[in-house]
Amino acid sequence: MRQLAIISGKGGCGKTTLTAAFSSLSENTVLADCDVDASDLPLILKPQVLKTEDCLGLELASIDLKLCTGCGICREICRFGAVLENFTINPYSCEGCAVCTVACPENAVSLMPRVSGQVISSITRFGPMAHAKLDTGEEASGKLVNVVRKRALELADRHSCKFILIDGPPGTGCPVIAAITGTDLVLVLSEPTVSGLHDLKRAIELTAHFRIPTVACINKYDINEKKSLEIEAFCREAGIPLLACLPYADITTEAMMEEETVIEYAAHSGDPGAVEFANIIRNLWGEIEMRLSDTS
Amino acid sequence: MKIAIASGKGGTGKTTVAVNLALALEDVQLFDCDVEEPNCNLFLGFELEPVEEVTCLFPEINPDKCTLCGDCADFCRYNALAALPKKILLFPSLCHGCGGCSFVCPAGAIEEKSRSIGIIEKASSDTPLTFFHGILNIGEAMATLVIRSLQRHIDESRPAIIDSPPGTACPVLAVLGCADYCVLVTESTPFGFHDFLLALEVARALKVPVGVVLNRDGLGDSRVEDFCRAEGIPILLRIPNDRMIARLYSEGIPFVKEMPEWKEKFEEMFETIKALACKSTGVQ
Repeated sequence: MRQLAIISGKGGCGKTTLTAAFSSLSENTVLADCDVDASDLPLILKPQVLKTEDCLGLELASIDLKLCTGCGICREICRFGAVLENFTINPYSCEGCAVCTVACPENAVSLMPRVSGQVISSITRFGPMAHAKLDTGEEASGKLVNVVRKRALELADRHSCKFILIDGPPGTGCPVIAAITGTDLVLVLSEPTVSGLHDLKRAIELTAHFRIPTVACINKYDINEKKSLEIEAFCREAGIPLLACLPYADITTEAMMEEETVIEYAAHSGDPGAVEFANIIRNLWGEIEMRLSDTS
Repeated sequence: MKIAIASGKGGTGKTTVAVNLALALEDVQLFDCDVEEPNCNLFLGFELEPVEEVTCLFPEINPDKCTLCGDCADFCRYNALAALPKKILLFPSLCHGCGGCSFVCPAGAIEEKSRSIGIIEKASSDTPLTFFHGILNIGEAMATLVIRSLQRHIDESRPAIIDSPPGTACPVLAVLGCADYCVLVTESTPFGFHDFLLALEVARALKVPVGVVLNRDGLGDSRVEDFCRAEGIPILLRIPNDRMIARLYSEGIPFVKEMPEWKEKFEEMFETIKALACKSTGVQ
């Protein structure tokens, strides 16, 4: 089983568009939408849901006000500022650490299970997919990412797939770390803007920190070719293979409006620009597939 | 008054709106709370000075006192400690710094040490704008701690513009939880609209009033506009899908600087927000 994660640091670089395009090119692949905060891959792939299950997140403290004497020990000891003036718990601050439950001299605090979201196993026109919906305002999105990846592995086993394709979240924190840990290859997508370059550097530092083989790709390289050259130079110096430069293309939006992958859209639009764009992605996937197989 | 600039989807233009709005106004503060990817200063180019190191506590186990009872590992809700036959093993990146292990240790063998997980910096005093940002160290998971430290530097007596991280999880909650008004930046595409709805749900759950900035206006269709009209959500500003604006962005130039006609539009937006925030929360 080989796992590829697509990340970018910066949001809006085209991770989901590219993941969707890869899904229509790859065979024997399970998709894992690990951007559980804002899961967009289903909008293109229209999954048929096989199974939905609640995912338990961090527990939530609860104070029994009949037993509480208002001594305030719990409030003092809580590192997350979750105990409010009136001895109720702020659910957005509580991290379920349970320190209050052992500190309370009256045994008035207990922990309650808390659902952080739903994990969904599905089937799409390009193969099985695992994804999730984080409940509004819930914490623990990293934990949810871990469960999505576990489901993706199960689906891969059941359907004898050889690849898992992970659509990663933006940033460098908890959910991104959960999305790339243990993968065989990370593709960092960048764009030729000051933010794109800055965030690419941080994303590459992150993959280096976790010692994961990394390749890069520039999207919309022609909106600022000077910046694209800077990105290229940076990648060369960092020893990161830059596998492709995708041009700015309206077809990415057009395909999205049609709820299709750019590969599907190019196949029926007949637009030569779209076909050329699809071919660049096809070559990029070929290169990645080779590298994924190589890492075995 | 604290105005959070947020969006479910990344790359919709939060930083663009936050920076241009702050530069169009006088005597405001700008806080870049996207501590995983702090980008505001790429557009401001301010000289920065460190203000504070953000630390997180983690346990250190004294092997001379430890009886290997394993109570600490049993207690830890984050699986950051494992009791092996001859040793207690710590996984620092899983530790939330709750202090539970040292509290329950019957032998008094655990002492808490602090480690740096990020830094807060501010613009030196000769800049036209009060500006702070936070940076989460690479490999660290707990963005929220850095955001909370950063927010402690907000001067409550003056308007503050807060650039929020993308998404709908804990880092966003930390930002929206303290905001008086939330500006959601979106684009009218299937992804943009879907993620906008998720962010809207969060803002509504936290009871923060919401207005919309439609970025790359002209791209996609009218789904965001239709929705906002039906729900009575104000569209505060439209930024067109314009090559000039995109080019300035790619170079790191805030477009109010090169296109002065936008200064007035941002000022107007600020006045509208003030009136709306005042109406719904009574904050001045």
